[in-house]
Amino acid sequence: MIQTFFNPEIIAASWPIVMAGLRNTVLLSLLVVPLGLIGGLILALLASVKNPALRWPLMAWVDFFRAFPPLVLLILLFAGLPFAGLELGGFVCVAVAFFLNTGAYYGEILRAGIDSVPAGQVEAARSTGLSRLQAMAYVVLPQAVRNVLPDLLSNTLEVVKLTSLGSVVAVPELLYQARQAQSITYNPTPIVVAAIVYFLMLWPVVRLLSRLENRAFAGR
Amino acid sequence: MRGNLDRFVDTFFNATVMLKYLPDILSGVVVTIELALFIVVTGIAAGLALALLRSLGIRPLNWLIIGIVDLFRSLPPLVVIVLIYFGLPSVDLSPSGFVSTWLSLALVLMAFSEEIFWAGITSVAKGQWEAARSTGLSFGQTLMNVVLPQAFRLTIPPLTNRTIAITKGTALGTVVAVTEILGQASSAMSNSYNPSPLMMGAAAYVVLFFPVVVAARWVETKFAWKR
Amino acid sequence: MNRPIVDARGLHKHFGALHVLKGVDLRVAERELVFVIGPSGSGKSTLLRCLNRLEEPSSGSVVVDGIDMLDPRTDINHARQRIGMVFQSFNLYPHMTALGNVTLALRKVAGKSRASADALGKAALERVGLADRAGHTPGQLSGGQQQRVAIARSIALEPRVMLFDEPTSALDPELVGSVLEVMRSLRESGMTMIVVSHEMGFARNAADRVVFMDEGSIVEQGPPAAIFEHPAHERTRSFIGQIQQH
Repeated sequence: MIQTFFNPEIIAASWPIVMAGLRNTVLLSLLVVPLGLIGGLILALLASVKNPALRWPLMAWVDFFRAFPPLVLLILLFAGLPFAGLELGGFVCVAVAFFLNTGAYYGEILRAGIDSVPAGQVEAARSTGLSRLQAMAYVVLPQAVRNVLPDLLSNTLEVVKLTSLGSVVAVPELLYQARQAQSITYNPTPIVVAAIVYFLMLWPVVRLLSRLENRAFAGR
Repeated sequence: MRGNLDRFVDTFFNATVMLKYLPDILSGVVVTIELALFIVVTGIAAGLALALLRSLGIRPLNWLIIGIVDLFRSLPPLVVIVLIYFGLPSVDLSPSGFVSTWLSLALVLMAFSEEIFWAGITSVAKGQWEAARSTGLSFGQTLMNVVLPQAFRLTIPPLTNRTIAITKGTALGTVVAVTEILGQASSAMSNSYNPSPLMMGAAAYVVLFFPVVVAARWVETKFAWKR
Repeated sequence: MNRPIVDARGLHKHFGALHVLKGVDLRVAERELVFVIGPSGSGKSTLLRCLNRLEEPSSGSVVVDGIDMLDPRTDINHARQRIGMVFQSFNLYPHMTALGNVTLALRKVAGKSRASADALGKAALERVGLADRAGHTPGQLSGGQQQRVAIARSIALEPRVMLFDEPTSALDPELVGSVLEVMRSLRESGMTMIVVSHEMGFARNAADRVVFMDEGSIVEQGPPAAIFEHPAHERTRSFIGQIQQH
């Protein structure tokens, strides 16, 4: 059992490969989380205009990406677009897919946050001469983000986990590297190591979240 | 211009190719639905069972439950699938891709739904327990008749959202050769050198999941009064 | 009245089918304190909110300190700095300190440096008696203190006119006095004020003029003594009778 799943020699041999994957997972996360947040912010700001002509298209956009599996989106970009003469490469495809997919989720969260800020806040800000955009930036958004911080954190956790999809389009992140090592060594140990690395990296976030969530429920 | 459009339609929405691979995609739809139903039923049932066990308040058992839940909330679903599919054969268990995907996503859904159910149960005020027990109801009766009905209302919006997100993960099965929609579409695409099957597969996902998402939005507003 | 500082004419406001303001004229002289009273739903608050265009009037004109508030070419954000507004629910920014609340518009709209905004903000807090609370967040202040910070937020911008929208209605009775005290000292410093409130005692001894509104129109107006002791209209009489029973 130990020879199979925690083979010390294989751990030693695959260590550099897996660590390179970890580095790429961290870098990829540092790219796609801000991208998703930017996408979400754009959606939430558009929704805050409260224009009825925008309302349905925005809702359809968000619901579409909530319904569409991110892996299908990724394959569509990676394997479908070349037929239209557009080869983006795995890395760019991941970035675009995350911008669209996680942007929709972040957008929904930020929209709820903006809605949670009382209208009087904007009125007070506008009455002192702040423009609509200034009121949004200095008064509404800071409160909105604070109100939905657990949801933002929870989504960020999901986004980081989702970077493992990169392995399907040959982005050398943690899972991809572990599978490479596995196929070289004919042993599942590298995947077990990768799983442990994921767990150690994300477990503190999960703990924090479940404390925040319990507090939110209890305070209701 | 006209020529470009024709070429585009011919490439991405080629009628001949679509017709040829429609049966494959449809069989993929059946597999996806089967897989999704299995995951939802077993995952949520297991999550509820764990939450109920946790409400008994047995210390070592609770630590074990929290450990399992935290594990499957931390691991990316694809990692769990790969681990089960490629790892278990080494100990002479060879789950099929279907079973691996089902098991993995059910475990992940179990973890998330346990957390949601548990939060719902703890949110029901202590006074409710005391009131019910003071009228002579047993622990089980209180749980079933007083606490859970109140807890469910709170849990439904987060639970539907999480369930949709995890069920969409059936597409991950394609990595371990499950012949669900994406798997069928991908192999049809490589057989026909044409992306039309992929477009069909994408459309199938939208047809399957879009109504669910819209229904979830409706459920969310319907149950929102409690907040 | 030579050139009024607030000059609103023929204001109408519709909310869908609801006709909330039905042709209101209001002229306020410099240094005047005008008290607006009336039953709930009479349009008092809407009138106030039309003056700084938080509410867009359906028709009519509003000129404040020579600036046409409804002219689309008017820089509304700049114009609003001259019109302070105090809300029933304070509307302090909960994520900022008292000083942060007071200095936000100074820095972002008036373009002051942080140092000079802080100096002006502290001076404004001093005027409402809260210099020692500059670092507190709204959650750490009592309702009365919060409302005084809100007043400081407005006066820090050195407005020409102050609008008060039921400033004491959300306060516990024992906290009302401190807010009225600040309003009185503002009045003594010569601030032009338009106050929507049910504080009849304050109206009696501080107001220059009382305006009674009902169902979207001004029914009558005059010096407090005249309105309270000898109302000309039946509706005014019954409203004042009801208020004084309490």
